[in-house]
Amino acid sequence: MVADATRVQAPAPARGLGRGPVLCRHCNLVVPPGLINSSRADQFCCHGCQTAYSIIHTCRLERYYELRQQLDDRAPAPGTDRTYNDFDDDTFRRLHTRQIGPLIRCELFLHGVHCSACLWLIERLPRMVKGLVEARLDLRRGIVDLAWDDRVVRLSQIVRTLASIGYPPQPARDRKSRAHRVAEDRRQLVRLAAAGAIAANVMLFALALYAGIFDAMEPAHRTMFRWLSMVLTVLSLAWPGAVFFKSSWVAIRTRTPHIDVPIAFALAAGGLWSVFTTIKGSGEIYFDTVSVLVFALLAGRFFQSRQQRASADDVELLFSLTPSSARRVEGDATRDVPIESLQPGDLVQVLAGDSLPCDGEVDSGDSLIDESRPVRVTPGDRVAAGTLNMSAELFVRVQTVGEATRVGQLMRLVADGAQRKAPIVRFADVVGAWFTLGMLALAEFTFGLWLWLEPRHAVDHAVALLVVTCPCALGLATPIVITIATGRAARRGMLIKGGDVIQCLSTPGVMILDKTGTLTTGGLALVAWHGDDSVRALVHAVESTSSHPVAKALARDLSDPSATPLCLARTNQVLGCGIEAVAAGRRVVIGSLSFVSALARVTLEHADLARRWAAEGITPILVAVDGVSVALAALGDGIRPEARATLDELRRRGWQLRIASGDHQDVVTRVGSALGFTLEDCLGGLSPEAKLALVERTKASLDPRSGRRLVMVGDGVNDAAALAAADVGIAVHGGAEASLAACDVYLSRPGIGSVLELLDGCARSMNVIRRNLWISLFYNTIAAGIAVAGLLNPLIAAIVMPISSLSALAVSLKSRTFADQRSQPVLHPGSRP
Amino acid sequence: MSVLFIVVPLAVLLAAGGVLAFAWAARTGQFDDVDTPAERMLHDE
Repeated sequence: MVADATRVQAPAPARGLGRGPVLCRHCNLVVPPGLINSSRADQFCCHGCQTAYSIIHTCRLERYYELRQQLDDRAPAPGTDRTYNDFDDDTFRRLHTRQIGPLIRCELFLHGVHCSACLWLIERLPRMVKGLVEARLDLRRGIVDLAWDDRVVRLSQIVRTLASIGYPPQPARDRKSRAHRVAEDRRQLVRLAAAGAIAANVMLFALALYAGIFDAMEPAHRTMFRWLSMVLTVLSLAWPGAVFFKSSWVAIRTRTPHIDVPIAFALAAGGLWSVFTTIKGSGEIYFDTVSVLVFALLAGRFFQSRQQRASADDVELLFSLTPSSARRVEGDATRDVPIESLQPGDLVQVLAGDSLPCDGEVDSGDSLIDESRPVRVTPGDRVAAGTLNMSAELFVRVQTVGEATRVGQLMRLVADGAQRKAPIVRFADVVGAWFTLGMLALAEFTFGLWLWLEPRHAVDHAVALLVVTCPCALGLATPIVITIATGRAARRGMLIKGGDVIQCLSTPGVMILDKTGTLTTGGLALVAWHGDDSVRALVHAVESTSSHPVAKALARDLSDPSATPLCLARTNQVLGCGIEAVAAGRRVVIGSLSFVSALARVTLEHADLARRWAAEGITPILVAVDGVSVALAALGDGIRPEARATLDELRRRGWQLRIASGDHQDVVTRVGSALGFTLEDCLGGLSPEAKLALVERTKASLDPRSGRRLVMVGDGVNDAAALAAADVGIAVHGGAEASLAACDVYLSRPGIGSVLELLDGCARSMNVIRRNLWISLFYNTIAAGIAVAGLLNPLIAAIVMPISSLSALAVSLKSRTFADQRSQPVLHPGSRP
Repeated sequence: MSVLFIVVPLAVLLAAGGVLAFAWAARTGQFDDVDTPAERMLHDE
């Protein structure tokens, strides 16, 4: 993607040459001057855009561009040229497609779907590909459902067209669990509808009955309305309301306090007593209250679960976008196959920039593998699945695949960790439990009191008390606050997968941070320079010619736009050692200590410093000009600009911070001391299993009643198990797929800057929840007082209870939890603008 | 006013019909995706 700055916001209709910047016909980005072809009417910024445009143009679908200009100014992605042959593989068919009649259907996640024009274009895909019968897109989730005739067209062909118009697809994983979730969503919706219809009807009957009090209703009509209310309310309790009884029965059996227990008590008490009075023919009924309560509670839950589902969907989409195919060598050719069909003994080709699909042994090739820092591999070396091949093509002999690989084993640890996670006793549940106990005791007291004063009304008053003091704010307002908060957080790039997170993060606890990629940028960067500054331009010129990661980092960090480009005469690169060149008439040698000292004289001072840096865990690069070493550059993992300010603010708020890293202890100590950690809080050399053990040990040492929780922040495969085991696991941007599956919160902005915003939002949400509880407590105390005094008639009960709920609701909706804007920049003292 | 004995249960039956119709619609997946159709209907030519 090209940076936003180069994009021209208003879609300029003029595409002619010579008037302002020339824009790409397909994506509206500025076309680089070198690619402008004055003989053409339309200009393109890259080959991908040209391909996409020509397909759209040939199929007479240019209306896409009109629609897009009306609706959205985001640029579409350019096309790609992957073969997608793995989509035709038998294993793929078995896993992801299903046959319905003569057609085959498959659901695919599409990358880059964001507006109505995308919808229009994708649903017209059957016009572009013969044999494709239907393409239906779910715009919000970005999932397309394809149906095609297998005798006419192959899936890879359809998918290639999709990719070439800018929507690279990936199979939607976990089809079974998603089907299960969809079914649950539907059941929830039906329950909500039934509860709503019943509540509305019973309310109407109740109105008629209240009117009848003042208007002398015929006893026969009164009886009919009462009996009808009873039938409907019993139906409401037995069908949609059954969820409360089921979950409170589970809560009672496992002896864990749960919000559903007081609700179930109130529903049962109100319902049973009203049934009794209806059959008896005299006394108050509370059917309207009970049925409205069922509806309101279900509605609160429905919205909360939908919001959390949306966050989970977004994370799942990211998860699906990670590569799932491998390039298997078959004879003289290679073929794209799904990872699932690889067998031990197969030979796979791994291009530079691809991640390894399996654990195995290098068969041929010589490249650098990214294992938190580049490691050189040659034939015979072992490589692990999930690591990135950085510099050159490799052929790898497959040893283990799938579950048996190291990543697979880690994923199993993740699943175990998620299972072991103890249920958190939620604040609202605790309050709810005490509240119920108190109210039950008070009801008992009221009953006793009135049995002594006036036995005829004892039961009446006690039940009135239970119904009027139902913890509505707990049952309804709390989920609504959480729903609004998660929704707003998602728009700000913080995807919260569970409701517990908000409570856990609202009070300071212990936070364990991963180093690479979380506190540091995760790549190589220039961290120190010693010696002659005048040779920086020379080093930049020489290193720009190489694609080695070290050279790239040096070239990037030493670039000086004001300097005049130097002329290079000759270069000679030795992989893994260094580079030798003649530039501006001077002989330059850049590389490791051993490489440079073989070709030039290295001063004692430089050699010493190089050894000291190497011992500290940073890579020293020597620069020699005309046979003498003149400067020393150090490459390491650069600390993120916002890290120090964020960590200081966290410490100020009372969080206890530690670093846990798989890197060498010296590297961790160096980064940790730069970020203000004490020596014992910098833990290095930890395996994934050791990280998991550290998390569990620290978690066990925290007092569960203190409210202090263990938060783990990380991004890599090696953090996944620890993320799952922590009270709250936060995965940061760019995380590996395993950590996406394991985390509770996913931050889509890189670095830990948005952690503070997340904590602020959670703290504010908890304040709103507490305020709601106070409001409802205030109302309920007054109502309970009236009920105990025996002054409560059904009219007052029917008015007081909704007022308590409505005011709590109003407060929740108006409250500031997370900032409401999408694009408001987050500023931290140390961050760059 | 004895007409109420017919009309009120009839109203309840109508409501039941509505709920059943909604249940059928939800179970056949008509509420699975409520965002896309709103956009799609703008495009149909």
